[in-house]
Amino acid sequence: MKPAPFAYTKARSVEHAVELAGRDGEARILAGGQSLIATLNMRLSRPTLLVDINGLDGLDGLALKDGAVEIGALVRHAQAGRSDIIAKNAPLIAKAIPHIGHPAIRNRGTIGGSIAFADPAAELPACLVALGGEVVIAGGRGERTVKADDFFTGLFETELGSDDVLKAIRVPAANAATRIGFAELARRHGDYALVGLAAAARAEGDGLADIRLAYFGVGATPVRARKAEAELARGALDDAVAALADDLDPPDDVQETGAVKRHLAGVLLRRVAKQLMEGRQ
Amino acid sequence: MQIADDVPPGLTALDRPNSYIGRSVPRPNLARLAQGRAQYVSDVVLPRMAHAVFVRSPHAHARIKHVDTAAAKKAPSVIAVVTGAELAKVITPWVGVLTHLKGLKSAPQHAIAIDRACWQGEAVCAVVARTRAEAEDACELVEVEYEPLPAVTDPETALDPKTPLIQPELGDNLCFERKLDAGEVDKAFAESDAVVETTFMFGRHTGVCNEPRAVVADWNPGEQRLTVYHGTQAPHMMQNLFAKHLDLAEHQVRVLTKDVGGSFGIKVHTYADEMATVALSKLLKRPVKFVADRVESFVTDIHARDHRIKAKIGVKNDGTITAFEIDDLTGIGPYSVYPRTSGIEANQIVNLVGGPYTCMNYRALARVVFMNKNVMCQYRAVGHPIAVAVTEGLVELAAAKIGMDPVDLRRKNLFADDAYPAASAAGLKFEALSHHASTDKLVKMMDYPALRTEQQRLRGQGICRGIGFASFIEVTNPSAAFYGVGGAKISSQDGVTMKLDAQGSISCHTGVSEQGQGAEAVIAQVAATAFGVPMERVRVVMGDTDNTPYGGGTWASRAAGIGGEAAWQAGKALRQNVLTAAGSILQARPEALDIRNGIVIDADTGNERIGLDEVARVCYFRPDTLPPGFQAELMATRHYVPRAWPFAFTNGIQAAYLEVDIDTGFVTLIKHWCVEDCGTVINPQLVDEQIRGGVVQGIGAALFEHCLYDERGQLLNGNMADYLVPMAAEMPDIECGHVVSPTADSELGAKGAGEAGTAGAPASVMNAINDALRPLGAAPLTDMPFTPGKILRALGKV
Ligand SMILES: Cc1cc2nc3c(=O)[nH]c(=O)nc-3n(C[C@H](O)[C@H](O)[C@H](O)COP(=O)(O)OP(=O)(O)OC[C@H]3O[C@@H](n4cnc5c(N)ncnc54)[C@H](O)[C@@H]3O)c2cc1C
Repeated sequence: MKPAPFAYTKARSVEHAVELAGRDGEARILAGGQSLIATLNMRLSRPTLLVDINGLDGLDGLALKDGAVEIGALVRHAQAGRSDIIAKNAPLIAKAIPHIGHPAIRNRGTIGGSIAFADPAAELPACLVALGGEVVIAGGRGERTVKADDFFTGLFETELGSDDVLKAIRVPAANAATRIGFAELARRHGDYALVGLAAAARAEGDGLADIRLAYFGVGATPVRARKAEAELARGALDDAVAALADDLDPPDDVQETGAVKRHLAGVLLRRVAKQLMEGRQ
Repeated sequence: MQIADDVPPGLTALDRPNSYIGRSVPRPNLARLAQGRAQYVSDVVLPRMAHAVFVRSPHAHARIKHVDTAAAKKAPSVIAVVTGAELAKVITPWVGVLTHLKGLKSAPQHAIAIDRACWQGEAVCAVVARTRAEAEDACELVEVEYEPLPAVTDPETALDPKTPLIQPELGDNLCFERKLDAGEVDKAFAESDAVVETTFMFGRHTGVCNEPRAVVADWNPGEQRLTVYHGTQAPHMMQNLFAKHLDLAEHQVRVLTKDVGGSFGIKVHTYADEMATVALSKLLKRPVKFVADRVESFVTDIHARDHRIKAKIGVKNDGTITAFEIDDLTGIGPYSVYPRTSGIEANQIVNLVGGPYTCMNYRALARVVFMNKNVMCQYRAVGHPIAVAVTEGLVELAAAKIGMDPVDLRRKNLFADDAYPAASAAGLKFEALSHHASTDKLVKMMDYPALRTEQQRLRGQGICRGIGFASFIEVTNPSAAFYGVGGAKISSQDGVTMKLDAQGSISCHTGVSEQGQGAEAVIAQVAATAFGVPMERVRVVMGDTDNTPYGGGTWASRAAGIGGEAAWQAGKALRQNVLTAAGSILQARPEALDIRNGIVIDADTGNERIGLDEVARVCYFRPDTLPPGFQAELMATRHYVPRAWPFAFTNGIQAAYLEVDIDTGFVTLIKHWCVEDCGTVINPQLVDEQIRGGVVQGIGAALFEHCLYDERGQLLNGNMADYLVPMAAEMPDIECGHVVSPTADSELGAKGAGEAGTAGAPASVMNAINDALRPLGAAPLTDMPFTPGKILRALGKV
């Protein structure tokens, strides 16, 4: 389990990283290394160049800006988990973080790495989708932002091109009407979830509006359960659970069958709906 | 138990002044291990050492048509690229059979496959390079042309005439078959008030060691000697096998086993890649290292379990068990593993089913069939978890069927505590067990009635909890009956050589070995007590075939019971020798002296007479002052092997308390109890931790661990993300209790404790799950591991 040979460069700036990544067709950005190094060691990927962005200025910010929380790509999971700004303004992320791996992994793994890697069973991509956030990208042709709903394009595939560096993610800051819910089922603490659900909504009267249900572990990307969202908006929980049959088509994997996952998705919906109704947490 | 002649009545030999027996003394190797100063094989670096990496078959079964090594040979830093045919010139193949398992057959296995690869992961070519990384790079350049062959992957059809043969020369795919018919089974079933019949499934799993398998082999042509640094449980066994298959004499081979990062039975076998590494060293005349990486560990470390057992129990309405019957089918690998064979687990199951109970009607059939999957062999508690789950699963199903409390039903059928010696239906001989005392103790520890009340109360709130039990017996301290009688050169006896150094400390050389379980501590405790010095003055030397008495190593829960007794006897003998010398110096009768706390004293008064350092000084440096004709012998060796009983059976009972989330099928373990009887407890903390670790591995079998193969023989989850080892966060508190029935076969009276936890945990967890779900009308779950999906299906939710 040793990686195939590769070259390594430490980038001097985000621009330099973009340039290095663009110069070499098989370059890969190195952030926390918690996913990348494993794929290298197992020779599942064999980039020719690693561009190390650790320590670059401007990637580890964490701030409330214009009604949004902006989290720099290099913010570590552990750092985000300790942040008051996130606890107050992005409580969904705060709630999700303890479910990511184990402390050692959270100390190294980065928010940007998690979003860029786009593991379909990962927590943060689903949170980003549930919150309707966006991704800030520096590329060869300058900076751009992509909406979360458009960012995740396939299994481990995103809008990031080969010479793109993910700079930050942005999610709308929570307000008094914000409701969030999060639950996942993993066989062992710290495992990627069999099924998970990140949800956000706005309280409106006795009910909920702008419901966004983002499942993870059920498809190639985080999956919005749009029919269930609509049923839930009507206050029809049973119908929302039933609607998952249309919304989700989880494939079998080594742990469980798709049918079991779909059932579990329904259980999670009931649990998360309860959290959404219970008020701001 | 035997009372040694040199202690006052009422006390046993173990109660010598300053005895360490029965004390939770911190293990002497603790600081070394905790400070990262252990020496694992992976740490060994020798001059000119090269690294071996293996090209492994991606197919479960394929003809190897051609191996093109030209490109790999030219790769940077490559020293050699060696095929199976080339290596076969240095090392002979082996066949994993034992003559006492009648009819057991297997085919010759080569260190590297020659014509055919028979499982996914079998080595087909070796690359030796200066670094592991470069060897891996070069492996990618080896071009192997395979012709895929049909893979046999379903045990149920392995014996069908139309199923291809894995080893054509054997005539069929049957490795071993055993039948047993005791008492009058048919009559007993006919006379039963209730009969329960079901099929139990046990998933294939493996023992995941912290440190993977590792070997550094160093053939020195100048000395004509082979030194093998080996993470093994059985150094002398490996010395014999390396010699035998490399055409050397045993004295030309030294096996050194320093620290081993866990073994659990995984490291007591002959592995083709390790044998190949040793052969490569001989071929290349330089040190060669091989450390299995995690991914290759999953496809080459022995797997275990994987049994389908149709099972049946009969009971009377009063709870009397009338008969047991089992039909076991197990799919092993393409070869029976050398030298312990892949037939032992099934054989053990036949031996052990029904073992705690007086019922004498028992019929068993076991068939072991070859598969194109990774090889299978003995892993912690060999056969016990399966036999116990079958027996105890049936017992609780029967109790439910006749509406009897499962503890009451056990009490009705367990061998009485005063019934010994006794024999089971399968013919196992029990010297002294304590099933009833253990059950009483367990029931008290867990406050069983209160737990049932709580269970009922919570059920009213929709919370679904279950309590499950498992009585068990465990094979420990094996005599030659296990392997020796079957022709394997595996020592059941063990020895200890103890010597006094010039400052009055002792070193204690033993054939048993340390895997992290604390054997070193136990030997030191026994040696210190028997001889009479503080433990700080004992150094234990293990794992070196040049420097320890011939012995078996560590397996079948034998190190403390067998190695410990050898240490006890050696300590007594050396004490006698030292007292003879002291008597000569002091002009006193040796019988009137003793050694206490490192000082020779008057046995009667305790008055200090002479320090051990002084005895050593005189004997080593001024022997001229000793009386003429007197020769001090400050070194003694003793050996021990159980003779009166083939095995020292232990017994015990476990209970699991857990909650099933009936919406998700997830199981939360709340609490686990184990009361066991390993005879004399030398170090309570080490015993308890053996039990706890064993329970956790048993829980792994019940809930998590499963080597999943597809029908083409591909392992689907051979990595640490997908193969679920049990982790701390999911484990319950495990409370241990002990009943002490020492074996009279040794003065120490210690039996083994290493496998009891693993033996009973899967059964108790299974029974607890079924206890939780029974009121909901769920079909009993008998297919391990119990995943959420299986539980949901039993509940009819998916
Ligand atoms: C044992 C274990 C358990 C884990 N469990 C979980 C879990 O339960 N849930 C979970 O979500 N994750 C889990 N992880 C993954 C962990 O969260 C990773 O840290 C994360 O997925 C990737 O972050 P990283 O900083 O380590 O990225 P890296 O490993 O450095 O990179 C991952 C990928 O993203 C790319 N990348 C990284 N940063 C950028 C950037 N700024 N711009 C462009 N591309 C970039 C890299 O090129 C690479 O392809 C686990 C990891 C381990 C080892």
